[in-house]
Amino acid sequence: MNDFFKLTASDVDFYYGDFKALKNVSLNFIEKEVMALIGPSGCGKSTFLRCINRMNDLISGTRVDGSIVLDNVDIYNDRIDVVNLRKKVGMVFQKPNPFPKSIFENVAYGLRVNGIRDKNAIAGMVEKSLIQAALFDEVKDRLKDSALGLSGGQQQRLCIARALAVEPEILLMDEPASALDPIATQKIEELIHQLKKDYTIIIVTHNMQQAARVSDKTAFFYMGELVEVNKTDTLFTKPEKIQTEEYITGRFG
Amino acid sequence: MNEAIIDTLKLEYTNIKSVNEKVLLFKDSGKRRRTIEQLFFMMFKVAAMINGLALIVIVSYLVINGYQSISFEFLIEAPKESMTKGGIFPCILGTLYLSCGAIIFALPIGIASAIYINEYAVQSRFLNFIRLGINTLAGVPSIVFGLFGLAFFCIVLKMGVSIIAGSLTLGIMSLPVIISATEEALKSVPDTYREASLGLGATKWQTIYKVVLPTALPGILTGTILALSRAAGETAPIMFTGAVFFTQTLPTSIFDEVMALPYHIYVLATAGINIELTRPLQYGSALVLLIMVLGMNLVAIIYRSKLRRK
Amino acid sequence: MIFNRKTTEKTVHSMFFLITTVSLTVLSLIMLFLFTESIPLFETVSIKDFLFGEFWYPTDEPAEFGILSLIIGSLYVTIISSVIAIPLGLMTAIYLAEIASERMAEIVKPIVEMLASLPSIVIGFFGMVVISPLLQETFDVPIGLNLFNASLMLAFMIIPTICSLSEDAIHSVPVALKEASLALGATHLETIIKVVIPASISGICTAVILGMSRAIGETMVVLMIAGGAAMIPTSIFDPVRPMPASIAAEMAETPFGGEHYHALFATGLVLFIFTLMFNMVAAYISNKYRQVGEASL
Repeated sequence: MNDFFKLTASDVDFYYGDFKALKNVSLNFIEKEVMALIGPSGCGKSTFLRCINRMNDLISGTRVDGSIVLDNVDIYNDRIDVVNLRKKVGMVFQKPNPFPKSIFENVAYGLRVNGIRDKNAIAGMVEKSLIQAALFDEVKDRLKDSALGLSGGQQQRLCIARALAVEPEILLMDEPASALDPIATQKIEELIHQLKKDYTIIIVTHNMQQAARVSDKTAFFYMGELVEVNKTDTLFTKPEKIQTEEYITGRFG
Repeated sequence: MNEAIIDTLKLEYTNIKSVNEKVLLFKDSGKRRRTIEQLFFMMFKVAAMINGLALIVIVSYLVINGYQSISFEFLIEAPKESMTKGGIFPCILGTLYLSCGAIIFALPIGIASAIYINEYAVQSRFLNFIRLGINTLAGVPSIVFGLFGLAFFCIVLKMGVSIIAGSLTLGIMSLPVIISATEEALKSVPDTYREASLGLGATKWQTIYKVVLPTALPGILTGTILALSRAAGETAPIMFTGAVFFTQTLPTSIFDEVMALPYHIYVLATAGINIELTRPLQYGSALVLLIMVLGMNLVAIIYRSKLRRK
Repeated sequence: MIFNRKTTEKTVHSMFFLITTVSLTVLSLIMLFLFTESIPLFETVSIKDFLFGEFWYPTDEPAEFGILSLIIGSLYVTIISSVIAIPLGLMTAIYLAEIASERMAEIVKPIVEMLASLPSIVIGFFGMVVISPLLQETFDVPIGLNLFNASLMLAFMIIPTICSLSEDAIHSVPVALKEASLALGATHLETIIKVVIPASISGICTAVILGMSRAIGETMVVLMIAGGAAMIPTSIFDPVRPMPASIAAEMAETPFGGEHYHALFATGLVLFIFTLMFNMVAAYISNKYRQVGEASL
């Protein structure tokens, strides 16, 4: 029972200065499921996502109340090391942001900063991660080339491989396909299907079809509040709240 | 929503059982990396503090040693007894003449150049060439300006060692400073202003004159004050072109030579009749120059930060 | 009416264009005069003897005009001041751009700017009356006015240049890159060393080179506290006579148009070429290795 949830957020409030961006959000995540966070822009879904790996710590003047518990440990506990937390909780960003280094070095980066020196181990992990991210076949002959020479879709998959190399348990994706063309988007979605076998995935998306296609559960955010969360099929076919229905039928947002 | 309620119940259960099963998350495991990080950050901070310390030490040393020399008489009297006594009035006046002269020359040319580069010129090889030229001019050593001033203004144009020759030399040195400050100010004017004005049927020049320049004016002013303070503190460009060791009388025309504060300090400190005896005069003169220059800078810095806050 | 307007526009345009060429004209004139005033020297002294001659006895009979010791003096003060100023300036830049709180940055930045605005004569004077006796006592050296003193004072003159240009470069590294690194479990320090600095390295190099260019051209500090001996130094506490010091000290006392006068212009020309090279390299680096922005799609 106690291991039922990988991650639980309870009564999370989030402030940018005086502005309350998240109001009393409670949400639970089951291991190896995909949860999609949807809602109109500014609804707090990305803010919530960035609370999970404490990326918001970087913005001065922000404050979090409530608790987020990962594997029975409150990640806002004073004794938590954010660096270790971020190893466990990987993140893929909205725009592909590869480092201006080679493809290989991009994936190896997380390993190196985490103290892995063994060259063979690194090479093995890089290959494994690239295969997992369905990129290996496209780049295996040019691992030493700059990552900036890849197409946008390839860059994004590289960023996913880079995140996977650190062997996280949870993968946060902040609108990972919003800057990509439809074909590249499709590849990313297929990849999410594959990855869900091994990872707990939380994906923010403004694209409802995408949420419907990739996720097991969907949570709808509006004005900083969690309005509704349910199995994806149920949420899109029989929403319980009127705001959810209005949003998914396209009446606002 | 039933599921959510069940979820909450489950959460309470997990919270009770919250023992630190996964040590990985805790700080102890990353202690070494954290310590190294703290150490480095401390080092960076110390480096920043050293700069502050250097400024404070230099300024306070001059203040402590110089304030006794500064009196009303010191500021309004001429040097006496082979410059071992008396005041520094001619030097202050000379420095004002030279630096203001430099700005009077450099300001219109600098602003016009910046307007051309930022508002009229289209991206071209020639523009790159002009930029390269301005950057190169900015990098010319001050003593080379002095050499040029001597050969061109003093000798070829027959101005001799004079206010005008010194001002022109300082002026061409200030030119790149004013151009880049003005350019920055012009760039900060939003394009929507220009479009709005042009859209109302104003010509380009009207737009620049009535909309762009007034908006950029505070920025240009700040840059000008900084250029003025720099010109006032320079020694090398004026030592063969405008400033002299000693003058009997105050200048009456722009073709007269003058005494200047920075050069006066140099002369007293290195070539005076009795260097040790005139130390108080040196400290006093250095303090007056420092107050003039830092004062102008402070005004510019405060004014600019006020502008930014708006 | 319309015709008038058009003429005004055209006149204004060409007027501004003409004024802009003043900078270029001035620069050309500077180069022209450096050349024409130097050339007469080479009728009696060969370029090789001038550049590589070790002896600078401009007022002797017969005079010797070898500026090797002056060039080496200039290079030494530039290198030693850079050794001091690069780490300090760079660390300050990192502190300002990455670590300092907004409030601290608002205090430290004006301090760096004020440091930049200190007149060189004031810094030279300080080196003379404070650092020189201090060096004599602490290191038990005969002369406090020496290579080390001048380099130390020069360092504080070029730290602001290095610091503020590097800070701009570091600031322009996209936040997305930093976030990517942090999200992978890198510490802030690791992110700075492995991502931020490599991404801004061209800007940092430009900053360092422009700082060095400023050091080699600075006059008053080396004139007052480098010691003034035209010899190749063997120790860091030996006096030196960098090129600008030689020009500034001798120009006032030499007759116009004489051999010595031309030799000083030739020294100025060499100095100019050095700074020109520094600036060209800086411009080349900042053009060639444009900073990487966000990943292009």
